Amino acid sequence: MSTIIIKNRIEQLFEEKKERILSVYFTAGFPDLNDTSEIMRHLQDSGADIIEVGIPYSDPVADGPTIQESNKVALDNEISLKLIFEQLKNIRKSVDIPIILMGYINPVLQYGVEDFCSKCAEVGVDGLILPDLPMQEYMDEYQEVFKAHGLLNIFLITPQTSEARINEIDQNSMGFIYMVSSSSTTGAKSGISSSQVDYFNRVKSMNLKNPVLIGFGISDKESFDQASEYAAGAIIGSAFINVLKKAENLQTEIKTFIQSIKGIN
Amino acid sequence: MKVAVDNRGYYGKFGGAYIPEMLYPNVEELRQNYLSIIGEESFKKEFDHLLKTYVGRPTPLYFAQRLSEKFKAKIYLKREDLCHTGAHKVNNTIGQILLAMRLGKQKIIAETGAGQHGVATATVCALMGLECIVYMGEVDIARQKPNVERMRILGAEVRPAKSGSKTLKDATNEAMRHWINNPVDTHYIIGSVVGPHPYPDMVARFQSVISQEIKWQLKEAEGTENPDYIVACVGGGSNAAGAYYHYLDNKDVNLIAVEAAGLGNNSGESAATTVLGRPGVLHGSKTLLMQTDDGQVVEPYSISAGLDYPGIGPIHAHLFDSGRAQFYSVTDEEAMKAGILLSRLEGIIPAIESAHALAALGQMDFSKDDVVVLNLSGRGDKDLETYIKWGRY
Ligand SMILES: Cc1ncc(COP(=O)(O)O)c(C=O)c1O
Repeated sequence: MSTIIIKNRIEQLFEEKKERILSVYFTAGFPDLNDTSEIMRHLQDSGADIIEVGIPYSDPVADGPTIQESNKVALDNEISLKLIFEQLKNIRKSVDIPIILMGYINPVLQYGVEDFCSKCAEVGVDGLILPDLPMQEYMDEYQEVFKAHGLLNIFLITPQTSEARINEIDQNSMGFIYMVSSSSTTGAKSGISSSQVDYFNRVKSMNLKNPVLIGFGISDKESFDQASEYAAGAIIGSAFINVLKKAENLQTEIKTFIQSIKGIN
Repeated sequence: MKVAVDNRGYYGKFGGAYIPEMLYPNVEELRQNYLSIIGEESFKKEFDHLLKTYVGRPTPLYFAQRLSEKFKAKIYLKREDLCHTGAHKVNNTIGQILLAMRLGKQKIIAETGAGQHGVATATVCALMGLECIVYMGEVDIARQKPNVERMRILGAEVRPAKSGSKTLKDATNEAMRHWINNPVDTHYIIGSVVGPHPYPDMVARFQSVISQEIKWQLKEAEGTENPDYIVACVGGGSNAAGAYYHYLDNKDVNLIAVEAAGLGNNSGESAATTVLGRPGVLHGSKTLLMQTDDGQVVEPYSISAGLDYPGIGPIHAHLFDSGRAQFYSVTDEEAMKAGILLSRLEGIIPAIESAHALAALGQMDFSKDDVVVLNLSGRGDKDLETYIKWGRY
C-alpha cells in the first residue's frame, strides 16, 4: 500500500467547484445484480460530480417507496456488502469522481466496522452516509476508524433541526452537509414550497464552514436549479432510480437524464 | 449490578437511539421531557385514576390451585388478561397518550402485529378524542380480521403496511416513516419496550404497575413480596419488563423469559431471538436481532402474532447477556397445548402469547414450596380462530 496521502476527492471537488454540484444516488445491485460499476461509469461520463452507492437493506426506514423497492429488488438479486466491494474492486481504474457509500448501520456492523472501513479505503471510497448512525455514537465509537481510513462521514440536517444542532453538526462534519429538503422520507414530495425556501435561506445565512447539498425531492432540472440557488448543489435519488427501472439502454438513458438535469443537450 | 438504563440510553451493551436525523427532534423532545412529565403529581393522579376506573386495575393475583397441583409448585397468575381491551398493552397506551397530550400532540400513530396494541391505542384515542392511525402489515390484517374491525369501530384508521414482509416489523417501519413525514403534531405510541431510547425505558415504566401490584398482592397472599420465579413471554418484551421491573435488582427472584420457537429452533421457522439472533440494530436500538450474515433482518415465525418479531427490547438483550434472566423457548405445539390445559384446569382461555409462558412451566424443575408468578398477559378471545384451526381440544 502506498503511504502517500491523497487528498480526499470530496474535499478536492468542493475546493474546485462551488456551485451546481450534482450528486446522484442509486442502489447497488439494481436493476440487475451486476449493473453497479457500469452505472457508475455512465454517471461519470454524463457529468455527475459525485456518486452515492446505496447499500441495500431489508428495513430502510428513511426511504420512500421508490428506494424501498430498489432495495428489495437488489436484495432479491442477492446483492450483499461483500459483493458490492467485489463490484467496486477495479472501479478506480475507470471512475475518478468522489464515491460515497450510503446505507444503514446494521449491515456495516455485521461486516465489522474496521473491516468495512479498510475495504472502503482499498476500493477507493471517499465518504459515508449512514443515516441511522447518530452523531454522538459516531464521535464516541466510529470517528477515529473512519478518519484513519480517509473516510468522511456526511451528516444530515432537516427543517426540524435546531440552529444549535446544525452548528454542532457543522463542527463535526467534513466534506459537506446533506440538507434534507423537507420533513419526509426520500422521494416523497415534488416541487419546492415557500416554507422550504425559508428554511434554505435560514441555513444559507448561517454561513456554515461546510458546503451544503440539498437532497430529497430533487427530481428534474427545475428543482435542481432551484436548490442550486441556495446551496452548492443537490442530490438526486428516487428520480434516477425511476430512470434505471425503465431503462432499456443504461448508457443512453443515464446520459439523457443527467444532461437534462444539468441543462446540457 | 443495577439493571437500569444509563444516561446514554443503554442497558449494558444494548439500547441507544439509532435513528435518522429526521426523527431526532421528536425523539429528543421525548427524551428531555418524559421523566419530568411522568413524575408530575397531576400526571400520576390521572394515570392511576384511569388505570383504576377505566382499565380495571389492580388486576387480580390469582392462586391457580389445579395448575399448581399439576406442576407441583405454588402458581399465581397475574391476570393482565382482565385489563380493558384484553391485555397488558393498555397500561402503556394510557401512559403514552397522557404524555402525548402534555407535549401538545394532536395525532397518534401506532404499529400493531396481532392488533392488541392497535386496539389499545385506538381505545385511548377514542377516550381522549385524538385522531388515530394504526399501521398493520397486510398479512396480519388478513389473519387478525376481528381486531382490525375493533380498531375501525373505535374510530381509528388502519393502514396496511405493504412493504417488505408485510408483518409487524414492516408496520413499525411504516409508522416510523409516517413520523418522519409528520414530525410536529404527531406522537408515535410504540407498543413494546423496543425502539430508540427513551421508548424502552418509558414503556417499561408504564408497565411497571404490574410488578408494583404483584409485590403487595403476594405479600397479602404469601407473607412475602418475593416469588421464587416470575415467568413471562417475550415478544418485544413489555409485559415481561413490567412483571420484572421492581424485582430486577433482587437476585432472590428468578426471572424467566419465554420466547416463541415456532416450529422449532432448528426448523428455520422460529422467533426465538436469543437463540437465533446476534447483536444488531433494528428500529432504533442495538439489541439481539435475527439476521443474515450480511445484516439483513430475517422474518421470524410464530403461531402467535404478538411474539412474531425478529428482535427483543434492549433490556431483555441485557438480561440475557448478563445472565440475570433465563430464557426458554416454546414451540407452537407446546403453546397451544398449554392454552388448552389452562382452559380446562382453571377456566381461563389465555392469549396464545401468554400460553407460551404457561408451556415453559413444563420445562422447569420446581420444589414443592416454590412460589411462581406467571404473567398472564392477555386473554384468548382474539385467538379463537387460531384455537379453532388447531382443533385439538
Ligand atoms: C397478550 C399479549 N401478550 C404478549 C404480547 C407480546 O408483547 P410484549 O412482549 O411486548 O409483552 C402481545 C403482543 O401483541 C400480546 O397481545
